[in-house]
Amino acid sequence: MNRKLLAALTFAVLALFLLSLLTGVADVGPIRSLKALFWGGEGPLDIVMREIRLPRAILAVMVGGSLGLAGAAMQGLLRNPLAEPGVIGISAAAALGAVLALQTGLAATVPLALPGAALLGALLGVGAILFLAGAGGGTLALILAGIALSALASALTALVLNLSPNPFAAHDIVFWMMGSLADTSFTQVAVAAPVMALGWLLLARSAHGLEALTLGEEAAASMGVNLRRLRLAITLGTAAAVGAATAVAGTVGFVGLVVPHVLRPLVGANPARLLPASALGGALLVLAADIAVRKVLPGQDLKLGVLMALVGAPVFFHLIWRMRGAA
Amino acid sequence: MWASVRSSSLAFMLAAGLAASVPAWAEPAPARVVSINLCTDQLAMLLAAPGQLRSVTMLARDPSVSVLAELAQGYKVNHGKAEEIYLDRPDLVLAGRYTAQTTVNMLRDLGIRVEIFEPAQSFADLRADILQMGQVLGRDRAAAEIVAAFDTRLAQLQAKQPEGPRPVAATWSARGYMSGSQSLAAEIISTAGYDHLAERLGRKGGSFLPLEALVLADPDLVIEGHSRAGHARSEEVLAHPALHVLTGRKAAVQTPDWVCGLPAVLDAVEGLRTGQEGAQ
Repeated sequence: MNRKLLAALTFAVLALFLLSLLTGVADVGPIRSLKALFWGGEGPLDIVMREIRLPRAILAVMVGGSLGLAGAAMQGLLRNPLAEPGVIGISAAAALGAVLALQTGLAATVPLALPGAALLGALLGVGAILFLAGAGGGTLALILAGIALSALASALTALVLNLSPNPFAAHDIVFWMMGSLADTSFTQVAVAAPVMALGWLLLARSAHGLEALTLGEEAAASMGVNLRRLRLAITLGTAAAVGAATAVAGTVGFVGLVVPHVLRPLVGANPARLLPASALGGALLVLAADIAVRKVLPGQDLKLGVLMALVGAPVFFHLIWRMRGAA
Repeated sequence: MWASVRSSSLAFMLAAGLAASVPAWAEPAPARVVSINLCTDQLAMLLAAPGQLRSVTMLARDPSVSVLAELAQGYKVNHGKAEEIYLDRPDLVLAGRYTAQTTVNMLRDLGIRVEIFEPAQSFADLRADILQMGQVLGRDRAAAEIVAAFDTRLAQLQAKQPEGPRPVAATWSARGYMSGSQSLAAEIISTAGYDHLAERLGRKGGSFLPLEALVLADPDLVIEGHSRAGHARSEEVLAHPALHVLTGRKAAVQTPDWVCGLPAVLDAVEGLRTGQEGAQ
């Protein structure tokens, strides 16, 4: 069952990756486009395929995968389906870190300063959430801490951008709060990849610890899981994955909420199996959203957050509905 | 007065004709003038009598948008807010058509005379703006001289049009903004000897052109927006590798000469001409 699910998700990701490559303002046939991609030279269409559409599709997979994975891991650690990087303000904290690195000029002078600063922002965010809501804290504490962190980080981001001497900086507020992959290039792929890879590695290695944790902390400890190390790995892994994703694509919310929510029943609520499925599901969702923003408003930069909220809000309603049923 | 008018251009005649219909001699020239728009700042600095211009905007001192940034250091600066301007007791405020409307309305409610200038979309508008500034400041003769010098230099540039088929150029700046075919930038481009991409795409007004569409249109020259201090993601698109593959090393940059309708637009024309000669 699990293998079939992963195979189906992989196939869907590949299909949407291809569709993403074929989506754009230029109305060019699929065969000509793919020819230009693989065997192109320096012609206009070759440049479009190789330098504009290919990195955008790759980034959609990387960003979606990171957010799906981080959401599933955070939810496993806090044993709460609402623990999602966007919802609880970790993405907003990462965006603040990224904006600070860009506005101080650090990002332009120090290699990897941009994803590094976003990672640091996200790390402070995860730390604040764990401190305020804790592993034992209830849903209410988690949501309150998330709202506070989101509000604070977003306000500071807006403040920094308004203080910038660049007249276009204030317009960037929309990007940092709603996220977009428009006009990304291999530069951003290279910026995000190393930090994301670190995050994926840390989160993938936490799978078995998370599986044991479903039985409770004491049971997990008795099974030989080092809880402190597990917490540290997931904190750092989430910060790296979310930080790098946010640094290049802005805040793309709800991915880590929707994807594990949909996939959890299909993997028997097993975190070890949920992690890879969520990574693929996240990639699938962001690819689909990034195709949709280009279909809905071709040539304009409709933000990913608009579509994500449209998909994410019903999941929230469903969670509330289930809670009322439980009560 | 009419004798000097006849010797000048048609545009000047029209504007002066308007001036003649207003009894300009009935009131003395304004003595405390404040400008609250970057373009009127520079027009006023070009034309005002010593001591006549009280203050200009902060932007006038910014060399990334103002051609008279150095000259502006000699003036007080304002931030375009009604309160500070009113406290300066001006007898004339100079504003652009799109300067904050609430500020303009408030100043008028307070009984201050506000003159509105249209943003120049062509060299004809540019002449009209200079003459209008000359008229409201009581400096008609200085304005006519500037317009005459502009026309002489423009005629010299037009006489030296490069031979052969006209290459295609496009302006492209933050968020993919391209100036339209009916704009000051378009007239600079065509005077320099290029066809404007906006003309070929049928875009009269300024519009946003996605990077993909720009690359596929494959213009011969991309004139990039002047990047400002600080960082903005909206400007990152100007550093996109696809743009560099497309342009090679032939990209030009929009200097402050492109921003306002001033005689300096001819410097922009010459800049494009020399850039073009260098590329060939």
